[in-house]
Amino acid sequence: MTKIECILRPGKLEDVKEVLGRFGIHGMTVSQVIGCGLQKGRTAVYRGTEYSINLLPKVKVEIVLADRLVEEVVALISDAARTGEIGDGKIFIYPVENAVRIRTGESGESAI
Amino acid sequence: MLPRRLFVSAVIFPVLNGKCEGEYVMGLDAAQLAAGINTVWVLLCAALVFFMEAGFAFLEAGFIRARNSVNIVMKVFTDCTVGMLSYWAVGFALMYGLDRAGLFGGGGFFLSGGFAHLHLKIPVYAYWLFQAAFAVAMASIVSGAVAERMKFAPYLVFTALAAGLIYPLAGHWVWGGGWLGRLGMLDYAGSAVVHAAGGWSALAAVLVLGAREGKYNRDGSINVLPAHNMHLAFLGTFILWFGWFGFNPGSSLSGLDMNIARIAMTTNLAAAAGGTAGMLLTRLKYGQADPSMAMNGALAGLVAITAGCAFVSPPAAVCIGAVAGMLVVPAVGFFDRIHADDPVGAIAVHGVNGTWGTLAVGLFAEKGGLFYGGGWHLLAVQALGVLAVSLFAFAATGTVFLVLKKTVGIRVSMREELEGLDLNEHGIPAYVGLVAGPLGEMDVEEFSDVYAPETLPRAVRQ
Repeated sequence: MTKIECILRPGKLEDVKEVLGRFGIHGMTVSQVIGCGLQKGRTAVYRGTEYSINLLPKVKVEIVLADRLVEEVVALISDAARTGEIGDGKIFIYPVENAVRIRTGESGESAI
Repeated sequence: MLPRRLFVSAVIFPVLNGKCEGEYVMGLDAAQLAAGINTVWVLLCAALVFFMEAGFAFLEAGFIRARNSVNIVMKVFTDCTVGMLSYWAVGFALMYGLDRAGLFGGGGFFLSGGFAHLHLKIPVYAYWLFQAAFAVAMASIVSGAVAERMKFAPYLVFTALAAGLIYPLAGHWVWGGGWLGRLGMLDYAGSAVVHAAGGWSALAAVLVLGAREGKYNRDGSINVLPAHNMHLAFLGTFILWFGWFGFNPGSSLSGLDMNIARIAMTTNLAAAAGGTAGMLLTRLKYGQADPSMAMNGALAGLVAITAGCAFVSPPAAVCIGAVAGMLVVPAVGFFDRIHADDPVGAIAVHGVNGTWGTLAVGLFAEKGGLFYGGGWHLLAVQALGVLAVSLFAFAATGTVFLVLKKTVGIRVSMREELEGLDLNEHGIPAYVGLVAGPLGEMDVEEFSDVYAPETLPRAVRQ
């Protein structure tokens, strides 16, 4: 089993969910995060003092899936989330030792 | 139609013609009617001024960070509760009791005894309510400046003293038969007594209290601690502006004084001019009209017109308001630079412009103003008056804060300040379920069991 962690633009979440749903993946964990990468922040002025905003809001989508699906899903997500501008995000891929479904107690691939 | 015309002419005609003595209509004489109109007027205005406390609460809550916003509203509420009782027990007597040596009033604690020396045309309760609303307003000015790091308990003590002692003494000097009033100082609704006193008190308080953690860096550079809710702040500003229609015209204490219409006019125009100036100046200086400065500008205009609202013309009010709006913008920067950390701009709005407004009477008053051929005398009296009131308020509040600091301590601990006063002083966060905002501030509090809304809700696909 593999976990993929996708840092996405908040506006692209719906598109990604849609392609995942059509592919057959309905389980995911979504969190609102802030972060920075190549996408530079900006400066603003408030009450006469300049300040910088470097951390930008992003959305993190975490999915655990079978190893054989990873390459295809990563490609699907990338295509759905890409705009071509700096700030499109990143996908990180991790191995997963095990998974457990709490309701039934089953583990392994049948739990995801 | 006929009976109504009869009534109108029977009542209004004799009142306007001064044929009041012994003229009875519907069982009431004109003197009773006058007393009735005046009482209704003062009570309604007292309610308007009291509602300004909601203005203070929302303005301040909006300007500070979410994690301290319950605390600031509690502090304003304390002004309305503890401050109110303090003014009833002690404050009103010190302010309006029979004058002693031109310095303080000497009787009428808990509203006991008579107030014949005041020559009131309305019940003393109506008069008291109106005055009490002013007293709690002065205390509320300080609440904004000490936001986000002051302990709640010592603030209770300060509020009781502000409404019970500091404000009443200043008020007595100008309005209660004290030495400044006798010198001819003109402060119709309190640019000096309420606003300069409150603003310079706030300065003393923040100098003793110290800046918020994270406001200044080791090299002295200034960090922005941004407002968490501009909507609340604007709502507060609208409410304060609205309440000022009671603050200024109500100070006539008479619904029969036709000047109340012009007073409302000058008040309103000064606010508009101040807000415009604040927006234009920040647009010029920083490239964007800063909404917080637009608000501060309008409030500065209101503060500045408060002294002269009854004495100046509408065009003069526009000038006074515009200057106020132009003063408040650099003033905010100034107090930031001298490390007098004032999250809401109370010192710049109330201290600086309360002073300007008092002086402006010496310039623009139709009777006695420098620009109207009145010479320098009034201006000199105004200057002396605002200086005396400001120094007194600064010294008195500074002393109170120093004593509190040495005895019970006035600042929360570092951990409490970083976690937020809402949870630490009051046991309940302001918002439940708030997550990270775009400015990197994590106001993460309790997560609720509610589904988070989708970022871009879409219609269900068939």
